[in-house]
This record gives sequence, C-alpha cells and structure tokens, in this order.
Amino acid sequence: MSDPVIRINKMNKWFGNFHVLRDIDLNVASGEKIVICGPSGSGKSTLIRCINRLEAHQEGDIEVEGVTLDGSLKNLEDIRSNVGMVFQQFNLFPHMTVLENCTLSPIWVQQKSKAEAETLARELLERVRIPDQADKYPGQLSGGQQQRVAIARALCMNPRIMLFDEPTSALDPEMIKEVLDVMVELAEEGMTMLCVTHEMGFARQVADRVIFMDEGEIVEENAPEAFFSNPENERTKLFLSQVL
Amino acid sequence: MLGALLLAMVWLVANVQSNLERQNINSGFGFLSERAGFGINQTLIDYTEDSSFGRVLTVGLLNTLLVSVFGVFFATVLGFALGVARLSGNWLINKTAMVYVEIFRNVPLLLQIMFWYFGVLRNLPSPRKAVSLGDTMFLSNRGIVVPAIEAASGAGWYVAAFGLSLAAFIWLRRRARLARLADGALMPFWRPLLTVVLASIGVAALLAGVPFSLDVPALKGFNFRGGITVIPEFVALLLALSLYTAAFIAEIVRAGIQSVSKGQREAAAALGLPDKTALRLVVIPQALRVIIPPLTSQYLNLTKNSSLAVAIAYPDIVSVFAGTTLTQVGQAVEIIFITMMIYLSLSLMTSYAMNRYNARIALVGQNT
Repeated sequence: MSDPVIRINKMNKWFGNFHVLRDIDLNVASGEKIVICGPSGSGKSTLIRCINRLEAHQEGDIEVEGVTLDGSLKNLEDIRSNVGMVFQQFNLFPHMTVLENCTLSPIWVQQKSKAEAETLARELLERVRIPDQADKYPGQLSGGQQQRVAIARALCMNPRIMLFDEPTSALDPEMIKEVLDVMVELAEEGMTMLCVTHEMGFARQVADRVIFMDEGEIVEENAPEAFFSNPENERTKLFLSQVL
Repeated sequence: MLGALLLAMVWLVANVQSNLERQNINSGFGFLSERAGFGINQTLIDYTEDSSFGRVLTVGLLNTLLVSVFGVFFATVLGFALGVARLSGNWLINKTAMVYVEIFRNVPLLLQIMFWYFGVLRNLPSPRKAVSLGDTMFLSNRGIVVPAIEAASGAGWYVAAFGLSLAAFIWLRRRARLARLADGALMPFWRPLLTVVLASIGVAALLAGVPFSLDVPALKGFNFRGGITVIPEFVALLLALSLYTAAFIAEIVRAGIQSVSKGQREAAAALGLPDKTALRLVVIPQALRVIIPPLTSQYLNLTKNSSLAVAIAYPDIVSVFAGTTLTQVGQAVEIIFITMMIYLSLSLMTSYAMNRYNARIALVGQNT
C-alpha cells in the first residue's frame, strides 16, 4: 500500500455523554474506494463527517494528505479544498441556479474568474449528464438530477478525495441508478472515495474494502468478496442477512 | 342584508349632516386655506402662525415621515444586530440580547415614550447648566444643540469634489469586481481611490479656500442661539420607536436565520467557504425571504405607532392636524378622514415597495 492519504489514529468522539466513535483506526490509500455500512446510529456518517471536520473529534489524530485536523483554520481550509462531500439531502443552494451552485466555491474560495469557473462547471455537468439544466434552479430538478448536481458541485473544487454520505437514501428507486452510475464512473477514473451506503451492489462493483460499523466501532473490514461471502463477525452476519 | 346595510349608511350620513347643521359646523375642505394662527416647534419647511391649515398638514406629515424614516433605519440596524446576537455562541452576548428583547417588547410603547420624555430628557439640566460636549454640542432639557455648517460661495467646488470621489468609488469598485470575475485578477482599489479623493479636495481648496464656517451654538440668556436644535420630543419619540421595534425585528431576524437548514451551512463549509462568506452568500439571502414579510409589518407598525407622538406633543400629523387643527376648526369628519387616508397611503406605499423586493428574491421551483 502506498502512503495513505487519510490516516485516522485512535480517534474518539462523544456527543455529550454519548460515545459515538470508539478508537477508530483507518488508513486510506490514494485511489482507494471504501464503502462503509452498518445499522443506523452506528456512527458511520459521523466518521466521514469528521474527515472534513463538519464534526470535531475529541481524541486521537486525523491526517488528510499530510495535514493534521486540529482546530487550526489554515489546516481546515487546506483540507476542505481537497475533500469534496455529497450529502443525503443534496443541500443544494435553492436561491442559486445549478451553474451558480457549481461556480460558488471556484469563484469565492479558489479565486477563479467567472468565465473559467463556468467553463469548468459546464464540463462537469456534462460529466454527470445534465449539461442542459445549468440555468435551472434546484427546485426545478428531480431528486436524481439534484444529487448529480451536488456531485458536480463538489467536483468543481477539483478535490482529491470524495466523501459520500448516503447519497442515494433520499432518492426514489428509479433514480438511484443514475446517481450510482455517475459514482461508478468517478471510481473508475481513480478518485479516492469513502461512501456510506446501503447499496451492496455498488459495494461489490467498485469497493476495494468494505467496512462494517456497529455502536461506534469498526467491527469488520475486508475485501468485498470475502466480506459478503464469508463475514466473520456475528453482528456483520446479522446485518447482512437483513439488507441482502 | 345588503339593503339593510345601505339603509344604515344612508341614515348615518343624513344623521351626521343634520347634526353638523344644527351645530353650525361647516363642511367641505375650504378650511385648508384658512389662517392657522398657532406655532409649531419643529418645522422642516417654512411655517409661521400666518400659514394655512393646509400648511399645518404638510408640516405634520413631514414630521411624521422624519421620525418614521429615522425610526425604520435605526430599528433595522439595531434589530439585525440583536437578532444575530441572539444566535451567538457567546453566553454573555446571547443573554444580553435576550434580556433586551424581553424588556423592550413587553413594556407598552406609550409608557416607553413617556419614560424617555418625562423620565429622561425632561430631567436633563436647564440650558444654563447644560451638559457640554467640547463646548460645541449641548444637552439640556430643551433638546440637543449641535453646530451647523454654513456654506459660503465657493462651496460648490467641494460639492463637485465629493461627487467626483463618489463617482471614482463606484467606478473603481465596479472595475475591480468585473476584473475579478473576468480573469480572477485583483485590481487596485484603495490606493487610486485615496488619490482621487485627496487630489479633488486639494484642487477645491486651491480654487476656493475654505468657504465653510461653523455656526457654534452659544448660551444667550435662557436658551441657546445658533446651531441646530433637535427638540427633546423628537429624540424621545425616535428612541422609543426604534428601541421598541428593534426588539420585534430581532426576533424576526433570529427566526429567519434559524429557518435556513443546518445542511445549507454544512454544504457551504464543505465547499470551503469561510463562515462570513457562507453567511453572506448562502444563509442571509435565504433568511431574507422569511424575514421580509413580517419586517414589512414592523415598518408599518412603526409608522402608525408614531401617532403616539400626541402624548408628548411632538408635532406629528395627528398632533398638529387631527389634534390642534381639529379643535380649532371642528370639522372632525373631514380632518379624521384626511389623516386616515394619509396613513393608509403611507402604509400601502411601504407594502408595495417591500412586496416588490420580496418578489425579486423569491425562490424558483417547488422543492424548497
């Protein structure tokens, strides 16, 4: 394994008295695709939200591309410009057009010119297959289209790592595939990806590793074939019997 | 049903007419051109005792507008600051704002007006013992007296210099913005602006010297002469209206900001936007569409509440027109009707302007 781009060491996090993440150790190599699954409340969303510090951890270290996440603002800016995130609820900005959503960060954070940012945005909208929706507002798009805009918006920052927090859970069944197709394509291009998802087909197809979490711990991690055909832990077996 | 209503109205009109005739009260709007014969202690336009009642109406209306416009301005600034403070993570700031809001919105406005007027401003020392700020501004129970700037010939050059600076400011800012969006370049802004401002003032000074003189107020006998006097009635009314309405605006602003989902801030943060930029470009524009409609009601309330001026004899339209003029002329129907129509048109104009603004920032699409 080459030098890891994400290094998490003995990380602990509490919400008040509730211990959400316990002694998490995780290294992610460049270009690696990791799928994280587990029952609800197991801390999987919280784990990936710690990686771009939407949640602050209390103990242990997180290092992203050699930069340590400690409260420093400079480090935080470095990390956020390298890490894109896609949310379950899309979180597009409803008062901006699709194009404005995509160019916001390139213009205001990366100081690009408007023309340059728009060219880039249109390219990426093409890649997620909605180039003709650029001038519409998010409210005028279907859920699947909105989520693809959200992916394009994150990609506009030219990130090295992408985090997906249950990207298909809020979608109607017939729209799940269009979003997953985009994610598969992205994976094939070599993006480093961490996905919290229950789409086991997607996990089989693209994941290098599947991680199973329960009660704030990483219970089991393995290559997808071994993970699905031969789970070692009782809790993993129980979970898989319910979702597969 | 409709017939009964019509009948009742006909009876009402006939009754009013016969009563007015019996009491020898004129009807019609002829009184507006008659001599008023009383003085007013704050007039924005020329007014003497010989002016007409029509002039009284204008003076009163302007005074109402004056206190309303300043009131809306201060209430908005203070209200927004307090609303944001209510959401602060800092315990002290948060609680201070909360205590402010709870006190000022729960005490009747009329009492607050009386408090500032009778409780505070009327209890200031007399002009002879006035509180002096550097011997140029004076605070006394006759109000606040500030120096007036008087312009002599040649002042036009300075006005031109100011205009030039303003134009340079607008042009430079536009140029910097366009360049920034066109190719990401950072255009110089402050240095050329400063150069233009200093150069234009320098040229004006060379051409015209210093054509300004300060009319500093000075104590003559029992009161101040010179300068500009802001009467205590105005200050008390303005304070009460602004502080009272700000408490309501603070709650409206707080609710507006809280109505923007947490996910919006998170998405902005994940895109690397600093907190301030996220607030300006993502949160506030969305909060505004929740804030504007109730904010409009507050502006209307403030304008209408300014009629409480009558309690401390600030010469607003109700006080001088629906008050003094009415007692002198006695034509209650016409006078009250005119006054109500004026408030109604003021409110409708404000509503219209705010609705236009609200429509402009409304969201497109159903999924919001």
